[in-house]
Amino acid sequence: MTDIRIITANEAAAVAASLCGVQVIAAYPITPQTPVTEALAGMVESGELKAEYLTVESEHSAMASVIAASQVGARVFTATSANGLLYMHEMLHWAAGSRVPVVMACVNRGVGAPWTILNDQQDSISQRDTGWIQLYCRNSQEVTDTVIQAYRIAEHVNVPVMVCYDGFVLSHASTPVDIPDREDVDRYLPRWAGVPGISLDSCMNVNPLILSEPRQFPDGDLMPGYMDLRYRLQEDLVAALETIETADREFESLFGRSWGGLLWEYRMEDAEHALVSMGSLASESTLAADDMRRQGLRVGVIGVRAYRPFPAGRLVSALASVKTVTVFEKDISYGYGGAVAMDLKAALFDTELRPRFSSFVAGLGGRDVTPEQLVRAATAAITEEPVHGWIDVRGR
Amino acid sequence: MATKAARELPSQELILPGTRSCAACGLMLTYRHALKALDEGKTIVAVPASCMTVLHGVYPITPVKVICINNPFAATGASVSGIVAGLKAVGKEGYTVVAFAGDGGTYDIGIQSLSGALERGTNFIYVCYDNEGYMNTGTQRSSASPAGAITTTTPVLAKLQHKKDMIGIVEAHRIPYIATASPAFPLDLYDKFVTAKSISGSRYMEVHAPCPPGWGFPNKDLIKMGKLAVDSGIHVLYEIRDGKFSLTSRSLRLAEKGRKKSVADYVVGQTRFRKISDEQVRRLQEFCDERWEELVKRHNKDNG
Amino acid sequence: MADKIRETISAASKPAPGEAGRTGDWRSQTPFIDHDKCSQKDTCLLCWLYCPDGVVGRDFPLEIDLEYCKGCGICAEECPREAITMAEGKTRDDVA
Repeated sequence: MTDIRIITANEAAAVAASLCGVQVIAAYPITPQTPVTEALAGMVESGELKAEYLTVESEHSAMASVIAASQVGARVFTATSANGLLYMHEMLHWAAGSRVPVVMACVNRGVGAPWTILNDQQDSISQRDTGWIQLYCRNSQEVTDTVIQAYRIAEHVNVPVMVCYDGFVLSHASTPVDIPDREDVDRYLPRWAGVPGISLDSCMNVNPLILSEPRQFPDGDLMPGYMDLRYRLQEDLVAALETIETADREFESLFGRSWGGLLWEYRMEDAEHALVSMGSLASESTLAADDMRRQGLRVGVIGVRAYRPFPAGRLVSALASVKTVTVFEKDISYGYGGAVAMDLKAALFDTELRPRFSSFVAGLGGRDVTPEQLVRAATAAITEEPVHGWIDVRGR
Repeated sequence: MATKAARELPSQELILPGTRSCAACGLMLTYRHALKALDEGKTIVAVPASCMTVLHGVYPITPVKVICINNPFAATGASVSGIVAGLKAVGKEGYTVVAFAGDGGTYDIGIQSLSGALERGTNFIYVCYDNEGYMNTGTQRSSASPAGAITTTTPVLAKLQHKKDMIGIVEAHRIPYIATASPAFPLDLYDKFVTAKSISGSRYMEVHAPCPPGWGFPNKDLIKMGKLAVDSGIHVLYEIRDGKFSLTSRSLRLAEKGRKKSVADYVVGQTRFRKISDEQVRRLQEFCDERWEELVKRHNKDNG
Repeated sequence: MADKIRETISAASKPAPGEAGRTGDWRSQTPFIDHDKCSQKDTCLLCWLYCPDGVVGRDFPLEIDLEYCKGCGICAEECPREAITMAEGKTRDDVA
């Protein structure tokens, strides 16, 4: 029987975590994430969800708690936004280095100072080098399905996953969501056996001091040095490219919905011009593409779903026959440019492809971005000179 | 029943010899006897960045026969909260979860997550081994360093402020068990770990751990220095069970019939106090005397 | 020399003695027990009690594990019968 509910993305994330049978949740309030953990706290206190809920004193502690709970074998969940995510920064590295399959909802919000509670993706983008997988969603249904996929991915590659979706734009907007059946979720998500190599059945010192060079255990086994473990993490993140695709394909076969795996394409079959973006801005770009097509430009959209690991190969294939690429993104690597644009340019440089390349920073701190603005910016970039600029900056 | 002689202590050693800790390490001696009260294979220790990290050895070998989970400096209280919640969630029973953090990791960077863990009534033992400074990074000032001590970050003037009243802060959380201990009194220390293990809820122990290189006294004098600290009232041995305060061991005997030694006797043998002024010694003496009187009064009231 | 490194994704150490090597090599002074002076009574055992590294045995006549004894001298200092003395040198041979 189908269970359709009109819910926000925040409620969707909470319901999905619950469907995954999370056993320990630790979280700290921050707008616009708070409703996720309020919903989970309600489920735990009412007995609907059998889990331990820790009302911790900070986001640093939230991440520390779920890492440790994961190390003793529990499936864990947390959620945060903006400065809360930044406060976790040390622990994000620790999670990836610990190889714990933590799943976290990151409800994207601009970062202070000065304070904004409204949306952009600066928070999660600034955490891109922590060794986490980052998946960006475009609607509440995708948030639901991606949280479920995230456990599948994280527990397969032993890398934590951040499920990112735009604050308020998605987090507080109610839309119909098809809630997956719990038994199907159980089938999709096998019981987790714990972090490989870590067990409570014998004495061990988890995450000790480690040397730069490999060191021998008295029984003769040569064990890796710090850099060797780091290389392994990188290899596993790259391998996660395949895992993310497989997780989405298998999800589709069970639930009938696919989100494209690493990325999704819209009207790209015959496109000469590609708009590339992430999250809700990518959804909005489809409206811009429709409008530009009406004006005679063959425009399509690529929505980047996995930002880390970066799907360079699939992006390059998807862009193989376009003449221009225009990136819209809600983040900036200060002193250079948008992070997605930089990564995509680097990916193209490894090929013969040299499309005209433009990029725009837009919508920081909740500034409204309309499809018309996207159309204007992209049309100018396509028909005039390539540009790396900002959309709708006032007072310049 | 209090342990009265060394022979009554378990012979089990959960620390294998050949550790990386300094010779005559107060923490080593503390840990050695603490682990006698805990069970091999059923003890999970949480450790932040500290001398304890070094003691636990360099990958892939550890000298310690427990399950140890390392965590970043500020995260100890949160990490144990996760361990305890995780064990409960997966239905693993019978583990004693013990955090071992230094004074920097407790008084300073770890105080927030410790407070959170205590406030939630997390079922674990928190041990602060107090060597009165950031010894692992080379003897920097912490808020547990005593007034008058030279550290590498109070190199000229020596520390101006008295030690923070951490136990007062911990006690404000109204947890069921608080105890102080010293490796110079291993039987008392062992007994307190046995007691702590038998109680559920949040338990806090503060162990005064003399540090020969950090404090500047000869290795051989570790026990003497630990005893002098207690005899002078710099460190007082007691426990607080459900709010009931009791002096123990040497501090109890001192209160009953002894005479405290002077603070001057304590500071004279440590090079970290080489710049302490007479006025600072006088103030430190006053500080210790006032606290001692308060504690004796409290002991008499609760054990009257 | 094995150069094949064992596959693992995370670091977890296992217990073994001598993690820091033969810490007896750190010693500049070596303890000697005069078993005639030692009470040889388990009512004492202060040397065993106070040894931070747990390298003093509990069976009489007492033995100190010189492979790992760091030579801190606490046992000699605390022995109530002055049965333990510290002598310059890393080993008994050095001293003798």
